[in-house]
Amino acid sequence: MTDATMSSITAPPPSTNGRRSPLGSVLVHAGLIAASFAMLYPLLWMLSASVRPEDEIFASTTLWPSSVDFASYVRGWFGLDVSFGRFTWNSLVIAVLTVIGNVVACSLAAYAFARLRFAGRNFWFAMMLGTMMIPYHVTLIPQYVLFLDLGWVNTILPLVVPKFLASDAFFIFLMVQFFRGIPRELDEAAMMDGCGPWRIYWKIMLPLSLPVLATAAIFSFIWTWDDFFGPLIYLNDMNTYTIQLGLRTFVDSSSTSDWGGLFAMSTLSLVPVFFFFLFFQRLLIEGIATTGMKR
Amino acid sequence: MAAVQDSAVAIGAGARGRPAAQGRLAALWTNHGAGYMFLLPWLVGFFGLTLGPAVASLYLSFTSFDLIRSPEWVGTANYVRIATADPKFAASLKVTFLYVVLSVPFKLAFALFVAILLDRGVKGLTVYRAIFYLPSLLGGSVAIAVLWRQLFAGDGLINSLLAQFGIEGPSWISHPDYSIWTLVVLSVWQFGSPMIIFLAGLRQIPTDMYEAASLDGASKFRQFYKITLPLLTPVIFFNAVVQTIEAFKAFTPAFIISGGTGGPINSTLFYTLYLYQEAFGNFRMGYASALAWILVLIIGLFTAFSFLTSRYWVHYDD
Repeated sequence: MTDATMSSITAPPPSTNGRRSPLGSVLVHAGLIAASFAMLYPLLWMLSASVRPEDEIFASTTLWPSSVDFASYVRGWFGLDVSFGRFTWNSLVIAVLTVIGNVVACSLAAYAFARLRFAGRNFWFAMMLGTMMIPYHVTLIPQYVLFLDLGWVNTILPLVVPKFLASDAFFIFLMVQFFRGIPRELDEAAMMDGCGPWRIYWKIMLPLSLPVLATAAIFSFIWTWDDFFGPLIYLNDMNTYTIQLGLRTFVDSSSTSDWGGLFAMSTLSLVPVFFFFLFFQRLLIEGIATTGMKR
Repeated sequence: MAAVQDSAVAIGAGARGRPAAQGRLAALWTNHGAGYMFLLPWLVGFFGLTLGPAVASLYLSFTSFDLIRSPEWVGTANYVRIATADPKFAASLKVTFLYVVLSVPFKLAFALFVAILLDRGVKGLTVYRAIFYLPSLLGGSVAIAVLWRQLFAGDGLINSLLAQFGIEGPSWISHPDYSIWTLVVLSVWQFGSPMIIFLAGLRQIPTDMYEAASLDGASKFRQFYKITLPLLTPVIFFNAVVQTIEAFKAFTPAFIISGGTGGPINSTLFYTLYLYQEAFGNFRMGYASALAWILVLIIGLFTAFSFLTSRYWVHYDD
């Protein structure tokens, strides 16, 4: 069932309008191409600015640089006291641990909600949905006090440990929806053969749920990679900065002096997200379409 | 598949009136120990990171607390000050409402318009859809906020483009009348994800309804007005609620574009930015907690209002 709804979203649409005039169709395409270009223009301009010679950046509104020069990347990489290599590494560690935490902890909880029967299940499920509704600002300050007391500020722990406690309820919800679409006959048959819930979770549910696990993993990665607020609050030592904090420090320290380096590092920070967009676009779009995700 | 769903519903609803074989299965499924084992990480998080902190935050909102000395009970003083004697609260609320009211309708209208255009069997749908979705995926990052800061600067790209038409533009980001608009444009630029949800919704509308309407001589405009729009209202409602809540919570672009100040003259002082300044700039943790609860109240009231009014305009087909 889940497969059916998913593919109906990505399949080409039924041609409701086969008798559109050729002229109308040309106009629609012209409009769409113009809109696409307008949407992408700032991004392409930044990419092109990052490889231009420094003195040419503001002189031109065109997209094609007169010569390609990677000096901005070198300048930007070493533009702060700590190199962007360090920031990138820090971001990567946090993002990968977050992905693992989200996938493991959320799938455990989702399996319990979707399949197991136990006292209070519906109550906890309602609580879980409730946590999706409240803005994080409400828990922000006491959480900060807690992590401060634990001595975790300036480490990645406040950003990563909550994910191993399934703090991203959204992903639980996403997985519950998917798990419910997997035929129960499969685990019932396994149960008759004497499989316990752990084996069913591990041998049946997870292997059949790779699409939703991948969707959750990719969104976890992108959102963590782009996260600014969490690192801003918990990471104060430049050696622990993520790439987003590095960029922010770059903006503040070099306001107008080194735009080339800033654009180069900005472009670099978008590369992983762009990579996921390029290769997993279908999965991302299905994820949004089926659950009505926010971003 | 329907049978699977039925049994799922039945299991959720309890074991009443079920055939004996299914009753045995239900007994097999029942496993309190395993249930709580699987739920354990989430339960720890729920109590330790959500419920506990939420209660603590409510308590802190009635105290004066600077992280160094222990919280001191001040009764409702924080709330009273917020309501009566805090011009920055009023300013941030005004900016945030303005941002919500300007960005959400534009973003949704754009998303709906493009979705309808694409749904009409345009060739290359997947390519256009991908291009329009890309900004939604990238938009939350600092890099894009940095880019925006340059685009709308006095000597930025937008003004360079305008100069080619002989127009001399202001410094958009440092003018209090225009700065909020740069953030609105940034939000509208990310219309891709509501567009995808609209596209999925449009796909659910049966084509034979349009065929029947065509046979009856209904014009394209009338078909849109009488079929597409009413059947799409649940999706419009969903997108509106989600986007509004997101807009209330927006933080990063305003922080980067204003350099963390919310300036010029508080014109980009989003509510969340003010809350951040109070908590982590001035270390008024009690006051910031009160601000957080007021945000919850505002979002809650808005959501309740949306759901209450929804039955007058949202069409549920059942």
